[in-house]
Amino acid sequence: MILTTLETVPGKNTIEHYGLVQGSTVRARHVGKDIMAGFKNIVGGELIPYTELLQEARKEAVERMEKQAEQVGANAVVNIRFATSSITQGAAELFAYGTAIKVE
Amino acid sequence: MESLLQIFGILFLLIIGYLFGNYREKQHFKNIKQREKKVLRLSAASFGGQQVIATKVTETKLVVGSVVISIDYFKMISSMLRNLVGGKVIVYETLLDRSRREAILRMKEQAIEWQAKQILNVRLETVAIGGRFGGRLDPGSVEVIAYGTGVK
Repeated sequence: MILTTLETVPGKNTIEHYGLVQGSTVRARHVGKDIMAGFKNIVGGELIPYTELLQEARKEAVERMEKQAEQVGANAVVNIRFATSSITQGAAELFAYGTAIKVE
Repeated sequence: MESLLQIFGILFLLIIGYLFGNYREKQHFKNIKQREKKVLRLSAASFGGQQVIATKVTETKLVVGSVVISIDYFKMISSMLRNLVGGKVIVYETLLDRSRREAILRMKEQAIEWQAKQILNVRLETVAIGGRFGGRLDPGSVEVIAYGTGVK
């Protein structure tokens, strides 16, 4: 599966369009990590557990998007965009979407 | 007596936040500048797709860099005071600047590891993650992600 933020796959011709595919996941924060983050809020700096949590979640969103693209018979997803929103206090939604296409 | 203790508590947190926060921020900026020199040869463009790409592309890969950075207590209080009079909030400008640069750096480092020639169609996204108390008083931390397509 080719994943790209470009509108086309460079060097390859698009044969067919399948439309929008998307993947999303909602993750809640871990209580223990949250307490540590509370301390970090005083001194500032990177919240490594959160960075990792969101990275992992984003990976899953991309995987779900890939799976959807596979189901419709595509072999590439182009023009991928990411979006994150914190829906409630403790949870964030990671969202990835793109256009599924078939290339040569 | 109790309120006096509370005021001392806030002052203590303010001083701790100011000293540590400032120190860490300076260290971080130093680190960012060093690493930026290393990734200078890899160009990242916010366009791509429709434009003609200089080199012949054989492979593409999605590269993502992300970081979550927390504000410190001093920044929080000073931005609250800033809210009363309005104007530039310098403490947040530096916070966002370093988050963004860090995210771009991580993306570039990932691309270099994969031996990319260029990164195309880079997009940046910033999200505020709420703090423990929620709402405007405690913005907590920011997440910045930078993503693009590495080409070989």
